Amino acid sequence: MFRFDLAEEQLALKEMVAKFIEKEVIPVAAKYDQSSEFPFEVIKKAWELGIMNVTIPEKFGGLGLGVLDDVIVNEELGAGCLGIGTSIAVNTLALYPIILFGTDEQIKEFVVPFLESPLLASFCLTEPGAGSDAGGLTTTAVDKGDHYLVNGSKMWITNAGHASLYTVFCTMDKNAGTKGIICLAVPTDLPGISTGKHEDKMGQRASDTRAISFENVKVPKKNLIGKEGEGFKVALATLDRTRPPIAASAVGAARSALNYAVKYSKERKQFNKPISSFQAIQFMLADMSTKIESARLLCLRAGWELDQGNRKMGSFYSAHAKRHAADMAMEVATDAVQIFGGYGYTKEYPVEKIMRDVKLVQIYEGTSQIQRVVIARHLLED
Amino acid sequence: MKIVVLVKQVPDTETKIRLKGDATGIETGDVKWIISPYDEFAVEEGLKTRDAAPGSTVTVLSVGPDRCVEALRTAVAMGADHAVHVKGDTELDTYQTSKAIAEAVKKVGADLVLAGKQALDDDQAAVFGYTAEFLGMPSTSVVVKIDWSADKQSLRAHREIEGGAKEILEMPTPCLLAVNKGINTPRYASLPGIMKAKKKEIQTLTLADLGLGSEGPRVQLTEFQMPPERQAGKKLAGDASAQVTELVRLLRDEAKVL
Repeated sequence: MFRFDLAEEQLALKEMVAKFIEKEVIPVAAKYDQSSEFPFEVIKKAWELGIMNVTIPEKFGGLGLGVLDDVIVNEELGAGCLGIGTSIAVNTLALYPIILFGTDEQIKEFVVPFLESPLLASFCLTEPGAGSDAGGLTTTAVDKGDHYLVNGSKMWITNAGHASLYTVFCTMDKNAGTKGIICLAVPTDLPGISTGKHEDKMGQRASDTRAISFENVKVPKKNLIGKEGEGFKVALATLDRTRPPIAASAVGAARSALNYAVKYSKERKQFNKPISSFQAIQFMLADMSTKIESARLLCLRAGWELDQGNRKMGSFYSAHAKRHAADMAMEVATDAVQIFGGYGYTKEYPVEKIMRDVKLVQIYEGTSQIQRVVIARHLLED
Repeated sequence: MKIVVLVKQVPDTETKIRLKGDATGIETGDVKWIISPYDEFAVEEGLKTRDAAPGSTVTVLSVGPDRCVEALRTAVAMGADHAVHVKGDTELDTYQTSKAIAEAVKKVGADLVLAGKQALDDDQAAVFGYTAEFLGMPSTSVVVKIDWSADKQSLRAHREIEGGAKEILEMPTPCLLAVNKGINTPRYASLPGIMKAKKKEIQTLTLADLGLGSEGPRVQLTEFQMPPERQAGKKLAGDASAQVTELVRLLRDEAKVL
């Protein structure tokens, strides 16, 4: 059996998020982009409507949505504002390690509070010297009997300034490479944690991005997620599941750029005709649409594979979806600006913001280059 | 308190309306269906009233083809406790629809029936009145505010009348109120609400279950026509005085406003 239609509740979910985006996000997106202020008011509303933390299992009172459902939610969020969407979606990234590898007690202690109030969490993997080479991280965790002593710093951490919980990846033994990595659930009020300034980014300016430093932070042993040495596996399993939704957010952003371009091309007249009557413009619009449609299918496929429990194929399609969606969204947004011409290059029109916003999707949660490495590894594997 | 809210499923306001080939109705193939916006206000008012009176329940009720179940599920996702679908696959007229609603309301039982002041598709504003008559309930429409007595046995319905004035009616319960825009801001269906709604049982009744169905429609829709295309605007030529003369002539002879 082969079907492309959404189930009734998935359609309802999509429409509900679309309505939220239309009423609560699009009207304020430009404001938060310009001020770079944290969109806490919007996040609170998203939380009240249950749009956040959607993958917490039903057993613990959550919605228990799968990756495919999360793909549907994130395409809509991305269609509204990638910066606000990222702020909303990062909780899922940060909580997945605990949901996937934590014990029931750990989920109750660290995850369930996110269902009770609009709290934020951050996923802390990247470091100043460890970006694409995530396995080369140097934040250390030393076994001190009843606790780990954590020292080091993290970089480009989303929601870092507003989070109540960090999931932090540290190494217990640099010589052991990725086998020395552990994942810790770290409440942000532990002594020794400090955050840097809110980075002044090119795009996704509503999202809060900071460096974090850990100085002799005592993290209780019970906060170890998974086993010692399993940390890298925890990170990869998490990223496999969040890449399709992130990719879908780029699909959403590209979809918006195309919609704006279609509308504008019908209104804008040159040589006494709407520019949409010119084949040069029509071909651009058609190519933009093909890119969006193909990327969406990859996102859905990746989500579906992961929901089926196909770990390997999930990872394979996840990397495809993230790579293709991010790159195509950058192309589509650039073409949308081109169709708008000079007007598109100004803040009077919404397409330049989309172009700045989608650039980040080619970089965060694994660059487009790293996704290709993942894909090639699958292809070349013996 | 038992509250019943009447819900009609109508084409989305952004639908491009096209007539069927024989002009007996509109093409429904590509139509996206929504809850009639006035009925959405009624659902919200029902939920608010329920929440302020512990022990109350809200039942949403819709008469129509199977697709109406989607509208009912949306209302349940917003927070309604029960949903009843009266199957009416054929084109029912106002009389038949109202009769079916009235019989279904009797079956469910109601201290308060809420509806939108009119449906957004045919704008007839007729069903609430017929239904109230069949139920023997006092009713009023264009309600923008409801003040309840402390014992919840009676209410004051504020309604808009001509010239921006308000009329306030004292009404006993049970009664039927048709509400207008502005009475509240309908809540969104939350994600958990949507997930719960899909598992909720929707009671289905047939016209036969309600002892109806033997009578044919009293009104038959014979033809639909698209509204006339809007005329392009007129541009007046000549100098200012010639334009003014022409404008006055047009206002008097063509527009007939002078």
